[in-house]
Amino acid sequence: MKFVAVTSCPTGIAHTYMAAENLEQTGKDLGHDVQVETQGSAGTVPLSDDIIAAADGVIYAADLEVKGKDRFAGKPFVDVGVKKAVHDPKAVLEAAIAAVENAPKAGTPEAAALAAAAPAPGKSAARDVGVGTRVRQWLMTGVSYMIPFVAAGGILIALGFLFGGDEVVTKLYGGEFEGVTYENVAGSLPLGFPTGQNFDTLLSQAGFAGILFALGKVAFFMLVPVLSGYIAFGIADRPGLVPGIVGGLLASVLGAGFLGGLVSGFAAGGLAYALTRLRVPKGVRGVMPVVVIPLVSVIVVGLFMIFVVGKPVAALTEALTDWLTSLSGTTGILLGAILGLMMAFDMGGPLNKVAYTFAAAGLTTAITSESGGPALTIMAAVMAAGMTPPLGMALATAVRKKLWTEAERENGLACWLLGASFITEGAIPFAAAHPLRVIPSCMVGSAVTGAMVMGFGNQLRAPHGGIWVLPLISNPVLYLLAIAVGTVITAGLVIFLMSLDAKKTERLAHEEDVAEGVAA
Amino acid sequence: MTDLITPELVVLNLVATDKADATRQLAQKLQAAGRVTDLEGFLADVAAREAQMATGMPGGIGLPHARSEHVTVPSLGLARVPGGVDFGAPDGPATLVFLIAAPAGGGSEHLTILAALARRLVRPAFRQTIIDAADEAAVASYVQSEVGS
Repeated sequence: MKFVAVTSCPTGIAHTYMAAENLEQTGKDLGHDVQVETQGSAGTVPLSDDIIAAADGVIYAADLEVKGKDRFAGKPFVDVGVKKAVHDPKAVLEAAIAAVENAPKAGTPEAAALAAAAPAPGKSAARDVGVGTRVRQWLMTGVSYMIPFVAAGGILIALGFLFGGDEVVTKLYGGEFEGVTYENVAGSLPLGFPTGQNFDTLLSQAGFAGILFALGKVAFFMLVPVLSGYIAFGIADRPGLVPGIVGGLLASVLGAGFLGGLVSGFAAGGLAYALTRLRVPKGVRGVMPVVVIPLVSVIVVGLFMIFVVGKPVAALTEALTDWLTSLSGTTGILLGAILGLMMAFDMGGPLNKVAYTFAAAGLTTAITSESGGPALTIMAAVMAAGMTPPLGMALATAVRKKLWTEAERENGLACWLLGASFITEGAIPFAAAHPLRVIPSCMVGSAVTGAMVMGFGNQLRAPHGGIWVLPLISNPVLYLLAIAVGTVITAGLVIFLMSLDAKKTERLAHEEDVAEGVAA
Repeated sequence: MTDLITPELVVLNLVATDKADATRQLAQKLQAAGRVTDLEGFLADVAAREAQMATGMPGGIGLPHARSEHVTVPSLGLARVPGGVDFGAPDGPATLVFLIAAPAGGGSEHLTILAALARRLVRPAFRQTIIDAADEAAVASYVQSEVGS
């Protein structure tokens, strides 16, 4: 068989070349042709297009981002890291042979899709990718690192609900359940992670389920910082990580949600990239990567997030809250639709928070005054509308697998549980990767669900919990019907919008490549 | 161009307590030859690289290396360590230690030489010739001729 390989290592003077030599020699010993591109300090001599075209498979023995990875798109590959190729080249080559043998056979739809994704011979795709493709690659880098956080955090929270029973929400967020009054121990999570006395209260009120919930909240809190940090990492490599993560933390703290995280990720990445390009005097060069770039980029991105993003978000939040308050007490179908739109627009961002807080605040007053039917219905509508985005994405990935990458399909599976548990954030990986297709679809589905719940007049006496608090919901069958309708609408719309993309095959295979590359 | 390695940079019988000690002894040779200006600064750069990933290589090789501001010319310090010293390789302690010192800036010419050296290290014959060499001068001239300059 013929293989092409790429080797690289942090310093670029030793492992890169030892791995290359090992792979070439081992290839000879085993009767295979291995051509290596060493992406080291001595400069890179690119493999010719002919050699790449002739190769059966690709070996990535690279500790750095592979330069020009698109050139190898569509070929079976193994991604092992440089160390493995230095110490055990035989195992690497055997894995590569297995990868080629297990690849889709010619003539099958999978092979056709891969072939369609491969760049045309004689044209080096790496050198002329458009801005749109680059932006998408950066986004996908951030999204692929974020997905495990969504899964870990979301499933932990859901497990907390599951093991805690329908009263766990009250035990966490405070309030009265069956004559017992509980303190709010979850309201300040995750920044106020229970310590000392607080921790004992959490444990005694909510038990192990409460711990699971708290852990989930902490993991979830990293979702936006990781998204932002790895978008910046995709753009600027390592220097982007610090401003990206700090910017993402600020987006979370300032209530700007994942859309704020996208802004901070691109701002941090662009800035860090520009800083690494600066020509500086020799004496300063040594301290650029460890002191100057982190310091300057964090200051600039931090100020940007606080003043340019945080202030308008705060003003917007205030204005929307006032507006919603002026509507409180009504139960109109229109209010349900508006709350649905807000819940689905930014999934944890300012609009979502305003809608949720509006409902939760109304709930608190309603429960204590024993008179608040409308407020309980608003709470029910908001929760239902927050469940349909992940449920809709779960359905869409289940019925039309080909529209999604492997990582997205797996995230779709988790979304069944996340959606059922009212963890709207489950849909963020989809919304971040395809904002213009996913967000409108989710908004329409949630608006319909919110309006239906208002129309049915379902009442909910807990601020969270999804289907796990179904016993606390009046008319549960109609409630589930409203959720099902919104779910189907969201799934149908997003499938339609995703199918519109004429070049979908190419895009998909490409994203898959990017996502798998960074995940490995 | 200055030779990568000279007889003064070769130690035939090094006794070292650990990899930091072995690295330091070789670095002192480089400093004595005027190839490293600041011994501690250079060792810190090597240690930083070593912390990223152990440089113990298969076949009994320790390969501490760094690109550093404190290096004037690309240099190779080489020691035979009959007693062995652990460089974190899975297959046991290193009996040959190569300390690669590369200047931080500069062109890629010297890096090509280091790349050639790294490729030679993988070959058993290259290692055996160094182990069998009679004296420092023989080691230096063999390595210099192999990396070709």
